[in-house]
Amino acid sequence: MGQTIIEKIIARNIGRDRVRPGEIVTVNVDRVMLDDIMMPFIVSKFHEMGFERVWDPDKVVLIYDHLVPASQLDDIRHYKVGDEFARNYGIRHVHRSDGICHQLMTEAGYVKPGDVVFGTDSHTTTYGCVGAFSTGIGYTEMAGILGTGKLWVRVPETIKIVIDGELASNVMSKDVILTVIGDLGADGATYKALEFVGSAIDRMTISSRMTMANMAIEAGAKCALFTPDLKTADYCGTELDSFQKALVGDEEGNYCKVLTYRAEEFVPVMACPSQVDKIRAVSQLDGIPIDQVFLGSCTNGRLEDLVAAAKVLEGKKVAPYVKMIVTPASRKVYEEASARGVLQKLAEAGAIITHPGCGLCCGRTGGILCDGERVVATNNRNFLGRMGTSKVEIYLASPAVAAACAAAGKIISP
Amino acid sequence: MEEFTGNIWVLGDDIDTDIIIPTEYLALETIEEMKQYAFSPLRPELAGKITAGDIIVAGKNFGCGSSREQAPEVLKALGIRCIVAKSFARIFFRNSINNGLLLIEQPDLHDHAEEGEEICVRVNREITCGGMTYPIASLPDNLVEILQAGGLVKAMRRRNGLAD
Amino acid sequence: MGMTIAEKIIALAAGVPQVKAGDIHTVNLDRMMSNDGTTHLTVDMYHKKLKNPRIADPKKMVFIVDHNVPSDSPKTAASQKKMRDFAREHEIDFWEGKGVCHQIMMEHYVCPGELIFGADSHTCTYGALGAFGTGVGCTDLLYGMVTGTSWVLVPETVKFNLVGRLSEGVYPRDLMLTIIGEIGASGVSYQVMEFCGPGAETLSVDDRMVLCNLSVEAGAKTAVFQADQVALDWLEERGRKPKAVFASDEDAVYAREYTFDLSEIRPVAARPDFVDDVVPVKEVCGVRIDEAFLGSCNNGRIDDLRVGAAIVKDRKISDHVRFLVVPASNEVYLQALKEGLIDIFMRSGAIVMNPNCSVCWGSCQGVIGEQEVLISTGTRNFKGRAGHPNSKVYLGSAATVAASAVKGEICTADML
Repeated sequence: MGQTIIEKIIARNIGRDRVRPGEIVTVNVDRVMLDDIMMPFIVSKFHEMGFERVWDPDKVVLIYDHLVPASQLDDIRHYKVGDEFARNYGIRHVHRSDGICHQLMTEAGYVKPGDVVFGTDSHTTTYGCVGAFSTGIGYTEMAGILGTGKLWVRVPETIKIVIDGELASNVMSKDVILTVIGDLGADGATYKALEFVGSAIDRMTISSRMTMANMAIEAGAKCALFTPDLKTADYCGTELDSFQKALVGDEEGNYCKVLTYRAEEFVPVMACPSQVDKIRAVSQLDGIPIDQVFLGSCTNGRLEDLVAAAKVLEGKKVAPYVKMIVTPASRKVYEEASARGVLQKLAEAGAIITHPGCGLCCGRTGGILCDGERVVATNNRNFLGRMGTSKVEIYLASPAVAAACAAAGKIISP
Repeated sequence: MEEFTGNIWVLGDDIDTDIIIPTEYLALETIEEMKQYAFSPLRPELAGKITAGDIIVAGKNFGCGSSREQAPEVLKALGIRCIVAKSFARIFFRNSINNGLLLIEQPDLHDHAEEGEEICVRVNREITCGGMTYPIASLPDNLVEILQAGGLVKAMRRRNGLAD
Repeated sequence: MGMTIAEKIIALAAGVPQVKAGDIHTVNLDRMMSNDGTTHLTVDMYHKKLKNPRIADPKKMVFIVDHNVPSDSPKTAASQKKMRDFAREHEIDFWEGKGVCHQIMMEHYVCPGELIFGADSHTCTYGALGAFGTGVGCTDLLYGMVTGTSWVLVPETVKFNLVGRLSEGVYPRDLMLTIIGEIGASGVSYQVMEFCGPGAETLSVDDRMVLCNLSVEAGAKTAVFQADQVALDWLEERGRKPKAVFASDEDAVYAREYTFDLSEIRPVAARPDFVDDVVPVKEVCGVRIDEAFLGSCNNGRIDDLRVGAAIVKDRKISDHVRFLVVPASNEVYLQALKEGLIDIFMRSGAIVMNPNCSVCWGSCQGVIGEQEVLISTGTRNFKGRAGHPNSKVYLGSAATVAASAVKGEICTADML
């Protein structure tokens, strides 16, 4: 009997040959990510539990991103609590304004293929893009890990998603994952792992894979996994060891479900208000007027996303009375986009370019909307009330689609 | 085995964490300050009406979305005794257990239950509602342990040799 | 009897040959500017208080969303939407997220000799181009919007004779804070500050904007420079022509005169919570800061970014400092991108925000907490303006702010 990628990672982590779906095991944590919004709660639970030291301060990364720049007075307290905790427990990895946690975790090399990583944010599934097992947890469990370095997990079953062929030029990995979520449903992968394979996946950049791993949670998945390849090694700045090279789902692996797609069949799609699995082809939504476009987030705020948008906007302007807000995912993305003239193109087209961070996606600032307004956004959630009132309509789309909509002032296919 | 009754509030499918407690209020200092905003995008009046011992009955995928543990914490702070849903999202499930909030999966109750009805829960056995009986499964042992300890914080305090 | 520049502008707008201080005249307004601080109130009054209202000339109106960009709450979004919908319906020029209103006005509208009302106190900025710009409330703005006219009480003019040249490392902001420190926060209440003399000629239009912009902090109704060749060249580059170019007459009447020698000005800071509590920076050196802000309609232009970038280049912002860099407009941002200044700020660890009022206005981004200290190039350091009522704001030049951000405490650039 073969093994799936998640089974291989967990088995290796606990020093066994194999594990089976459904088993409850205790894993050794390779890295944790703590974000600003949860910091005060993590710290108070940590103290309540009675721990005196952090199990391994070098494995802890603190990232301020939801609350940067501070938009409410309460936000400042979160920085102070984080800084004090880092100081008292010897945590050196602290990012105060460098971008979104999930972007930094992979980009700054905190996560390697095969690692087991937990974060206090549901989109921690993102690190599956480099073949790590990563998932979101609450602050109480995080406090427990900080004290013990361990966490119990139930070995998930795996759904394999096979995508062969070549995507059309106007289709991005966002369209792929939205389509898959539409097919699975918002709870279609609850407690399961997703494994993406096929020639279309092989062709994808790490950034594109990141978009897909990021959104796995929107189908309820515990994690999403991509087999590490040469691109992964290059991205992580490492050579793959034999364990990492072997992180391939076995042919005869125990998959609870297999979905198969032809890459050529994907078209640009949107998730319509207010469910992530309410997927329609963009062509079916043509002509719906919009008020705002948001390009950013840990889903789609990377260089290739900004490049795709800038390309669509080349020689065009953002439509009158429409706002386009661009929030790059990280300081590095911002710098690279500047170096390549992408920020210039976006600003010339009339986009509002903010400092890297979660921005509008987390709904605290960054372009909040009001009753009756409609936004096309490249992030991961369109829940009721997420970007303002419950009468704001949020359509999720790829960066290329979002840019085309910004120029047209309405929903339009790129 | 434990048995209790409570009045129910009925919610639909995919009640996400942004509905349970919007991001706007997440940086408030305490759960007590936050709880008045529970469900505000969907039913702004609801938080004010919930009383201690009430039970939520919901459709599938309750608690989907973010990892914010404030979600189960505000529900607990409002006095919710337990939540019965067709299914739960996984992070919400873990967070609830870790805070000692009982979650019960039951596929049929939601289709028949009406808001305001009283139901009776016999933990690990069954729910009765409107003269009908709905079977429920037992929780795995490791979760029962955490629940019995009164949540993960208390379990960890015990591990660290501290009193509850 | 001779007239000052301000009097000549008012006379022209009133269609009379002569005005003198103390007269009240009805004037034709050349332009009106309104931002998201108050436009929603003006729009509400327009709809609710007037019968069959109409706008006298939509081409004279400019609406600019700059105070809360990007929007931080549904309430903000709703007031901006009201403004956007109104502008759209009435074909009023509308700017959103493209920069601070006064910077946009200077880049795209203001011409020498014009009389401009703005629903914002720092409308006095436009004197840098020899225009008469002044801040009004939304009732005044509404009246102007529906009639195209308003009344003005002709203010007295106070002459500020500038001589000499600013030393290296000393900036127009140090000069203006020094002047305000000297004359006090109500030193020129309801008067016009007229800047002239050989020192004035050494200043660029951007420099002049710094001086005029802060004149309201000394209580002035407005401030004005003569539109000299420097100003006219600046205007021509932007493809605009003056309405009228005025110089004050030899025998014009001034309420008072001051002379400031620019070469004697040293770096200064205004201490919390008053703009006129001005001391040499040396006296506040060592004050630990939590945040530094380089931006605003006072000091967020390309010159300021150049000064700041030269200081933080190849350096890192102190770990405990949040350094917000906010270009005054999209045009400034694009120029800064082109010159590599934005890259320098990003590498230093700064937070580079989109053009907007930012923490100068104390809302939506970069707010400071209880007992926190901010050093700012913004316009005001009033109590609680930047966030918590018990926070403190020092005002300084771009150089002082950038240097302090690196050191983590207030200092001058030469102390790094």
